[in-house]
Amino acid sequence: MNRPIALLLAALALAVPLSLLAGRVWIDPFDPQTRNATVILLQLRLPRAVLALVVGAGLGSAGAAMQGYLRNPLADPGLFGIAPGAALGAVLSFWTGYAASVYLLPVFALAGAAGAMALLALIAGRDASVALFTLAGLMIANLAGALMSLAISLSPTPFAMSEIVTWLMGAVADRSWREVAIAAPLTLLGIALLAATRRSLDALTLGEAAARSLGMEPARLRALLIAGIGLTVGASVAVAGIIGFVGLIVPHLMRPLTDHRPSSLILPSALAGALLLLIADVLCRVLPLAGGELRLGIALSLIGAPFFLHLLLKMRRGLV
Amino acid sequence: MMSLALDGASLAGRLNGVTAKMNPGAIHAICGPNGAGKSTMLGCCAGLYAPDAGVVRLGGTPIMALTAAERAQNLGFLPQGGEVAWDVSVETLVSLGRLPWRDAPALETRAAIDAAITAMDLDGLRHRSMSRLSGGERARALMARVLATRPCWLLADEPLANLDLAHTATLMRRFREQAEEGRGVVLVLHDLATAMNHADRVLVLDRGRVVADGPAAQALSEPVIAEVWGVRARWLGEPGARALAIL
Repeated sequence: MNRPIALLLAALALAVPLSLLAGRVWIDPFDPQTRNATVILLQLRLPRAVLALVVGAGLGSAGAAMQGYLRNPLADPGLFGIAPGAALGAVLSFWTGYAASVYLLPVFALAGAAGAMALLALIAGRDASVALFTLAGLMIANLAGALMSLAISLSPTPFAMSEIVTWLMGAVADRSWREVAIAAPLTLLGIALLAATRRSLDALTLGEAAARSLGMEPARLRALLIAGIGLTVGASVAVAGIIGFVGLIVPHLMRPLTDHRPSSLILPSALAGALLLLIADVLCRVLPLAGGELRLGIALSLIGAPFFLHLLLKMRRGLV
Repeated sequence: MMSLALDGASLAGRLNGVTAKMNPGAIHAICGPNGAGKSTMLGCCAGLYAPDAGVVRLGGTPIMALTAAERAQNLGFLPQGGEVAWDVSVETLVSLGRLPWRDAPALETRAAIDAAITAMDLDGLRHRSMSRLSGGERARALMARVLATRPCWLLADEPLANLDLAHTATLMRRFREQAEEGRGVVLVLHDLATAMNHADRVLVLDRGRVVADGPAAQALSEPVIAEVWGVRARWLGEPGARALAIL
């Protein structure tokens, strides 16, 4: 096991127990007298922490695979239109009122992700270049975004509209083991599929033609990527709404710690994504904010946007 | 080592019934004006494109009948431009050449990488990142990546583009060493003098057809140049050190 992975695992081993203690009610591990400590820990904080880990790991690894595939450090898993597809599915569940049933919201979101994946595979076909594939993804993202806006503007009630908007902001608050049970297996499967693209992504470092001459099979790579990103990103949107920037920032932070090959980045990005989301969620929980807590999706965008700008400026100076 | 043969290969109007048999142990140059189909022919040899008609054979077997991994193990391809998307070290870059051999023992992999780095004279630059190499060093590192695969054939598309005189000479010497070791070398070359002085055999393409094929002095004769490039030119100097004067 290499050093970044060991360090990240150690950091996670430390951060997870500590994160459970923080929140509106602080739990003192040396004073077990806190009221309802067991319930708070097992039914509220632990599922929330596990969900943050699962979603973060999925988004981190999806981002690493995406940047490797597009050979671009500015790529984000959202580019393929799968996250907007999943969000559209979720919005439709609110719109139709099915979101009231706890299992149907994630089912709608996953169906939206699957729809986006199918459309992407259909447009990209067998012989699409990376550029065509990306443009197809952007087109799907735009279409899903437009349909989502349409659904919001036609919401049957103001309550539905406010629910949709709140949900879209992304959070892991008030989630239970039920969401963990939905997201964890799908995300793990997705990460396994993304891990199977490692050698092909490494070959792509040399460009498409050289990669093919090294035995990379474009159709197989595309299929694995669509399925892997669809599962990780689809599952994350289904349980937590839209959480941006993790897939962009995390591979960046990890790249200098590796040998820069895309294959060296997938596992560290999964672990670092998990850690980032866990810490960000704890901060959201403990930051004093009038009228509730800061939404995780908003918090990450607030951190992410300046980071992105910093990256662009650095690239302009040719340092990336 | 196996021969590489095109038999009536045609592709989308860019290649029209090209037939040529190339043998290992020699440097072959593909020359021709822009748009003649040079890169397409090399891509067909590398298995990147399947010809619409005709067939490309490696030692008698159609290369499209080989698995992607078998093609990759036998046909080392160096594309034009030399893209490297991530700022990897020279050693990591060269190790990418081992991707087609996923089940090879670690020791063999190590030995192939070390040998390729040494063959391209990169031992001192092994841990340097690609962004900190000069143009010539970069071209050698990219070449070492192809050598690490230990392919039967080296196929390079304009490997000398953007290289100065000294680096061109160095790289051509490396190609000669590889041919002497028994590999087949096919280079798409723009510079006719380089082809004339270094290639054992030259194929001249024009509008997707082979219009001359043979020893350099014959395939790149002044009448051929006049007909294909539409330029009146004269070879100066001694064989092996010729220069082309445009009249």
